Amino acid sequence: MSEALVQRDIPDAPAPGESYLTAETGLASWLLTTDHKRIALLYMAAITIFFFLGGAAAVAMRIELFTPQADLLSDDAYNRAFTFHGVVMVWFFLLPSIPNILGNFLLPLMIGAKDLAFPRLNLLSWYIFIIAGTLAIYTLLAGGVDTGWTFYTPLSTAFANGHVLAAAGAVFIAGFSTIATAVNFITTVHLLRAPGMRWFRLPLFVWAIYATSIVMVLATPVLAMVLLLIFAERAFDIPIFDPLRGGDPILFQHLFWFYSHPAVYIMVLPSFGVISELVACYARRRVFGYSFMVYAILWIALVGFLVWGHHMFVSGQSMLANLAFSFLSFVVAVPSAIKVFNWTATLYRGQIVFDAPMIYALGFIGLFTIGGLTGLFLASIPVDVHVTDTYFVVAHFHYIMVGGAVSALYGGLAFWWPKITGRLYPEGWARFGAVMMFFGFSFTFFPMFVMGFLGMPRRYHVYVPEFQVWHVLASAGAVVLAAAYLLPMGYFAWSLVWGRRAPANPWEATGLEWQTASPPPVENFVTPPVVTQAPYGYHPEDAGPPALDRAAHRPQGHQP
Amino acid sequence: MNPLTLWPVAASEQAARIDTLFAGLLVLSGAILLLVGGLLLAFGARYRRGSHVRRGELPGFLRRDVEIGWTAGTLFLALFLFWWASTLALRGNAAPPDALEIHVLAKQWMWKVRHPGGAREIDALHVPRGEAVRLVMTAQDVIHSFYVPAFRLKQDVLPGRFTEMWFRATRTGDYRLFCAEFCGTQHSHMGGMVTVMEPEDYTRWAAVQPREQDLAGEGAALFTALGCAGCHAPSAAVHAPRLEGLYGRSVPLADGSRVQADAAYLRDSILQPKRAVVAGYEPIMPSFEGVVDEADLQRLVAYIQSLGEAAR
Repeated sequence: MSEALVQRDIPDAPAPGESYLTAETGLASWLLTTDHKRIALLYMAAITIFFFLGGAAAVAMRIELFTPQADLLSDDAYNRAFTFHGVVMVWFFLLPSIPNILGNFLLPLMIGAKDLAFPRLNLLSWYIFIIAGTLAIYTLLAGGVDTGWTFYTPLSTAFANGHVLAAAGAVFIAGFSTIATAVNFITTVHLLRAPGMRWFRLPLFVWAIYATSIVMVLATPVLAMVLLLIFAERAFDIPIFDPLRGGDPILFQHLFWFYSHPAVYIMVLPSFGVISELVACYARRRVFGYSFMVYAILWIALVGFLVWGHHMFVSGQSMLANLAFSFLSFVVAVPSAIKVFNWTATLYRGQIVFDAPMIYALGFIGLFTIGGLTGLFLASIPVDVHVTDTYFVVAHFHYIMVGGAVSALYGGLAFWWPKITGRLYPEGWARFGAVMMFFGFSFTFFPMFVMGFLGMPRRYHVYVPEFQVWHVLASAGAVVLAAAYLLPMGYFAWSLVWGRRAPANPWEATGLEWQTASPPPVENFVTPPVVTQAPYGYHPEDAGPPALDRAAHRPQGHQP
Repeated sequence: MNPLTLWPVAASEQAARIDTLFAGLLVLSGAILLLVGGLLLAFGARYRRGSHVRRGELPGFLRRDVEIGWTAGTLFLALFLFWWASTLALRGNAAPPDALEIHVLAKQWMWKVRHPGGAREIDALHVPRGEAVRLVMTAQDVIHSFYVPAFRLKQDVLPGRFTEMWFRATRTGDYRLFCAEFCGTQHSHMGGMVTVMEPEDYTRWAAVQPREQDLAGEGAALFTALGCAGCHAPSAAVHAPRLEGLYGRSVPLADGSRVQADAAYLRDSILQPKRAVVAGYEPIMPSFEGVVDEADLQRLVAYIQSLGEAAR
């Protein structure tokens, strides 16, 4: 007690146990912070802006595609819109979203650490991210890029008129931020686990972020390399991909997909972690097959590196290579299926609570299952030949990355919102938003499977009239989906002012992050935690979950 | 096409086989989706909070055996699908030797087609029903992709390289042709029609097209103009490989390996003659890189090919 009093006398040193949100105030205390929790919020602010920008491009596209002919956008404007949408959504929204918001906030809390291993590096990677993002926005303001987010050569090096170098530069710089964050996460998990937090006691979210970080560190340099080669060819006219001067345009595709296929797993692995936390908490059960879940994550991270050639079945690649990549793509489907089965089995004999995060999680499982199953179509060479580069592929990867990863992000934000802000979100609105996101998403993207199978190529500004009915359905669904994305921003903001104050553990969840105050103190834990048991101890090993005695979550009601 | 059609028209031999595989995948994934969705709903209803059902310890067999069981089951299913898809891919892989060969040149933003008899078309392709047709394709600028949904076929068309695809159309009619690889500003306008006709109608159609010199004929003129004939003609004094009957043969190389003298090999040899030197010859041929463009290369290769067929 006397120690605390002494500390209070020192200016700028917060009292032990004081919330990270109020310990210091002023803009500089945020922009120069090294607290992982504050940096997570900085990322949240930046990533939300990019989500709006990328979403605005999608809205422009869906309006344009309402009719077969060109009405809103010119050819070039449309091409720039989908390129901007892809670049921003992949590198400035999906890749950083869960790792840098939830990962940054939760990783040290979940393993019982005070902060990440390199707090200043953490802040630096946010600044690198902001520089990269500013360059991406400059690219848009300067007129945009018209290559698609894939930057295929020789179109991008010799023919495109847009600001290819600025866009590639933005992605190149963002890569340094990704690598810095990933190194930080890996080191933290290795070195800063609380006493007793053995590897197989780690929550699955930590495993997912750890595996993602390894993929980031290994894959991102390949992206940097291929972007430098684009730079060399476009800026200095050194022929690397130009076939007329001894270059090879296919080389680009190999290098690009060697990065970009693992990048798909960078986008979706963290959401596996989120969903495992949510399903266990709201089913009140230990995760079924915990060790299999861990091995599945690692297996996906490893084999994910070996399947890039399935993006190139019609590129002129040899049949032998096609067969090898097809085989490996089927093999990588197995661990994803295991995860779906295990989440489903976790519900068995549970005490299932249908709060908003659980609805997001169940929606995730459904949409991810459809996304994964259509992956089997694309791994089959003859079917892929027909549907590759059509809306079938567009639908497939949106099911994984938007139906999957974005549902998990929203579910995770709701779940950890009390921990992050100290306030409870309004449950009724949140449930409504979660259901609306599931239906809005399905309504938008399911028609794309149909029109893709019918032969509608992707990246088409105008299209033949027989596809219109499916485009109209997709555009109509997009209205619902957009509302489902905006609504949570509204009620989250509402909760900051009028939401009920959250107790330390409003969901009676296991996990170290729930054992400290909401919001956590600057040093995360007033007394450093010691771990004595496996994660997800929602019920004794030899009995089912007890009846849940907490009141149903109705925070929008009157204050007790 | 009826706007509410769910299944695209199938107009090639390959299409029917691929549709079977697609339907198989659809049934299988539908079953898995129903299983997962059904279990989610059933568990959700039965084990909702506070419901009065037994929730004891999980039976021992559920913990491990079931996990191993569905891992193995999923793996076998994946391997089965791989086997099914791959045998299908291999079956349709090689074009029959007597296939009708049509040349396609892609450029921003049009498809230029040349038939064996010299008929030309732009953004259109006429083919006879029931006959194997092989498309030999190249691009002049960026990567394009030749896509005919009714045939379930797509092949990227690359600058600086020949790619091929083949099909046997089974139904007469007009079918959409699209460019499927994003190729710049007017990508979405780069398409046309493939018209499948009865063989006798095709013959009649080809006969009334403006008769221009065919590809091989133009190639012959180039062969002389570029000086190729100075070494490769039968009468030449220089010790250079003879080209009569070369096309399609297996050729021994100086490094001891053998290579199939196909269009791609001929093309490489014109551009990079020192890369694969034929056994018994000096590497004295100059490169024609930058001298001949893609269209000329198609003509030269067509000419050498015609020499091959003449000698056979």
